[in-house]
Amino acid sequence: MDQIKVEIDGSEFTAPAGSTILEIARANGVYIPTLCYDPRLTPYGACRLCLVEVEGARALLPSCYARAEDGMKIQTTNEKLERIRKTLVELLVSDHPMECMGCEKSGRCELQELAQRYDITESGYAGEKHEYIEFSENPFVTRDYNKCIMCGRCIRICREVQGVGVYDFVNRGFEAVPGTPFERPMQETPCEFCGQCISTCPTGAIKARPYEGDGRVAARDILRNACAYFHMSEEEMTKALGLEEWKVRTTCAYCGCGCQLDLHVIDNRIVEVTSPLMEGAGQGNLCVKGRFGYDFVGSRERLTRPLIRKGKKFVETDWDTALDLVAKKLGGTKKKSGADSIAVLASARITNEENYLIQKFARAGIGTNNVDHCARL
Amino acid sequence: MGTSGHRYKVVLGYGTCGIAAGATGVRDALEEAEKAGGYDMDFDIAGCMGYCFIEPVVEVFDSEGGSVIYGDMTAKKVAQLLDEHIKSGKVIEDWVVRKSDQPEAGEGDFLANQHRVVLRNCGKINPESIEEYIEIGGYEAAKKALATMSPDEVIEEVSAAGIRGRGGAGFPTGTKWGFARKSPGDIKYLICNADEGDPGAFMDRSVLEGDPHTVIEGMILAGYAIGARQGYIYCRAEYPLALKRLDIALEECHRRGFLGEGIFGSDWDFDIRIKKGAGAFVCGEETAMMASIEGKRGMPNPRPPFPANQGLWGKPTNINNVETLAAIPWIIANGGAEYAKTGTEKSKGTKVFCLAGKVRRSGLAEVPMGYTLRQVIFDVGGGVQAGKEFKAVQMGGPSGGCLPAALLDTLVDYDAIIATGAIMGSGGMIVADDRTCMVDLARYFLSFTQEESCGKCTPCRIGTKRMLEILERICEGRGEPDDIDKLDELAADIKAASLCALGGTAPNPVLTTLKYFRNEYEDHILNHKCTAGVCPALITLHIDPETCIGCGACVKVCPTEAITGEKKQPHVIDVEACIRCKMCLSRCPEDSIIAE
Repeated sequence: MDQIKVEIDGSEFTAPAGSTILEIARANGVYIPTLCYDPRLTPYGACRLCLVEVEGARALLPSCYARAEDGMKIQTTNEKLERIRKTLVELLVSDHPMECMGCEKSGRCELQELAQRYDITESGYAGEKHEYIEFSENPFVTRDYNKCIMCGRCIRICREVQGVGVYDFVNRGFEAVPGTPFERPMQETPCEFCGQCISTCPTGAIKARPYEGDGRVAARDILRNACAYFHMSEEEMTKALGLEEWKVRTTCAYCGCGCQLDLHVIDNRIVEVTSPLMEGAGQGNLCVKGRFGYDFVGSRERLTRPLIRKGKKFVETDWDTALDLVAKKLGGTKKKSGADSIAVLASARITNEENYLIQKFARAGIGTNNVDHCARL
Repeated sequence: MGTSGHRYKVVLGYGTCGIAAGATGVRDALEEAEKAGGYDMDFDIAGCMGYCFIEPVVEVFDSEGGSVIYGDMTAKKVAQLLDEHIKSGKVIEDWVVRKSDQPEAGEGDFLANQHRVVLRNCGKINPESIEEYIEIGGYEAAKKALATMSPDEVIEEVSAAGIRGRGGAGFPTGTKWGFARKSPGDIKYLICNADEGDPGAFMDRSVLEGDPHTVIEGMILAGYAIGARQGYIYCRAEYPLALKRLDIALEECHRRGFLGEGIFGSDWDFDIRIKKGAGAFVCGEETAMMASIEGKRGMPNPRPPFPANQGLWGKPTNINNVETLAAIPWIIANGGAEYAKTGTEKSKGTKVFCLAGKVRRSGLAEVPMGYTLRQVIFDVGGGVQAGKEFKAVQMGGPSGGCLPAALLDTLVDYDAIIATGAIMGSGGMIVADDRTCMVDLARYFLSFTQEESCGKCTPCRIGTKRMLEILERICEGRGEPDDIDKLDELAADIKAASLCALGGTAPNPVLTTLKYFRNEYEDHILNHKCTAGVCPALITLHIDPETCIGCGACVKVCPTEAITGEKKQPHVIDVEACIRCKMCLSRCPEDSIIAE
């Protein structure tokens, strides 16, 4: 791929041709604030926080949208840009409920972080604020548009990544707001409740109902920075700080895609599931099962040991006993009725390697080609 | 104008403006008379002639080519017109607006001071008849270009004309076409921007209603030049008559092979489709318009990429305004050099303005570039309405600015106007007199942009809302001393940070009124006074006892019974009870009610 050279804030960087200015800046640790940007989505250029000054350009350019050209000289910060950014955050704050104390998103809200960065506790441009009703007509998603900053990320992720398109903007100007067609409840739209809109919402406007009130996650970025500084793992740091919560990185067990999950755990209980952005097979995307199907983990009804039926009852036993019984019964059936009287059904919830072993077991071990998989059903 | 063997031809201006003023009744009466026979005349309709101030308008041509224009026509007056003028050949002097043999009579200087290129056929031909357009040389330019000119030669001619985009931004049209032509790709699109939406602008509607074939011919030439095979006319649905006439025109073009496959006997295909806009001002912005054509919500996207490289459906696209395209056939027929003879060094040709507001002769005025604003407003427009004083002219609609009397000698020239803080814009020219409050005017334009903001970018969505709130507060007498600074700061950031030109120019009406009429803002905020007598919270109404004739007209309309007085004696307004609705003001025959 062709490489280009650009100068950002006086330093020269090399990047693949076609990169946006923001991509080059982020790849090289240059901070540019954004709100409507999500690396999973096509650039949008709406929040205007990422405006930069490009030498020779007639106007300021949105760095998320503008492609860098060879030899470009870019300024990501100066007095004018910072003044504009502060005004923009002040304007957003002027139409935002100041209830961070009780907000689920506090500590990882992108607007809150920018307000903190620009030292805004109240807006200098006070005026009319929206008073929308909260929509929580379904078990998964709550929408509180009073906290919406119109970044359009929910709309774009639903359309571009999920291919569903539950949302679009309705109304114009100050009254513009995302919405479902004709304000229908989400269960009456093609919504799959994947919660991708929740994953991208920069504020507390779209929240996951299953996580509500279960305690909120510590400010991850702060934690990550502290870890890097003290050369500690996140686990060590959490323990050192006496935080109750711990984030467990695992692979989703629902299908063979292998999406990475971060299980947020408080008191040995999962309180939230997220996926690390731009990592692993899912790149930060999850489906309804991966995001919300976690309550079985802590279920009292969950099987933890094998059971053998004795008469009408199931009796707990150990694995050796159980496997011996299964082997004996399979062997007996094969002897009596032939190998093809046995069929093996595998599961999407195990890995490809395990599925390989199962078919091996069926074909080489039992001697039948009767192998199938639940994902076909 | 032929009279097809008859002694007279009677032509009625039948655009939306004329219809609104009652032209349908006039048409019915004339049609009935024609059908009944007995009058040596032909009757036909035409588009708008531009005389908004005196619609409906009828023009009577005689067989020698002379003509008389009558204004303020009604169905009732038709009988007299037929009897006196058509039957007896007697001109009805009292109704005359313009006479071809006495151009200075009546309101003749309205037209005499104009130079019509774009409007050359408006009000002269029947817009629903392709034959009439062809009769006066229509489609000759397209035929000539396709038969004898290469696309590059067409672009060269347009570049030589020096015409700049009439939609407002003033980008050189030839250069724009060159970009689209050079942009690689087999499929290219041409769009005619007919989403006219500025308050007080109606020139595109008048052209589409009065001369749709000129626009189509302009599109054929533009399409040929850039290499597009498909054109779109993006016209707002609020222009039903324009849409109807475009439909008729497109159908006639298809029938004659002027559009479709291998047009004018060449091997080049070109077709045009109409896309109706659903009434969003922002869809006049190029990228929002393309999104709308693609079936998406009309919201702009950042540029670059520019439409010439990545436009409609990702293909190279060229977008021109109606007025620009309407000038193209003339340029190709007469040559770019001929067009460039008119105008200033950097602004060539003519510009159509819509005179509105407190001007005496409101209407369509096409003037050469290089005229002064004074010439447009006073020589063509006849100055300010009786008894009032000129205060300002608002140019360029919600993206434009207000210029004071001291700047009346500014030239009609893109760069000269930009230097004042206003913009040429699409050509709205709203004249304000001394009873216009400039803070209120700025508030009005901002309320428009705020309502029409698409809501995509932060500065336009919330910034203009906050500016509007400050202006409302000032008009309501609750302004605070630092409000002017706040407006200045917000305006600067909104201009610099907005995504598209709607937001980027939205503060202009505020900035120009702050620049030229700052004292009015200060009067509102510091002295709680609206000197123009407009802002209800800041005025009191009283009756001048010297001039009041005690007719009682004001008493009848006052909703709060605040006015009392004996018959034929000076009346008095109870300031406590008065709600300053100003109903009395509009009813007083003697102008005795004073608001200050």
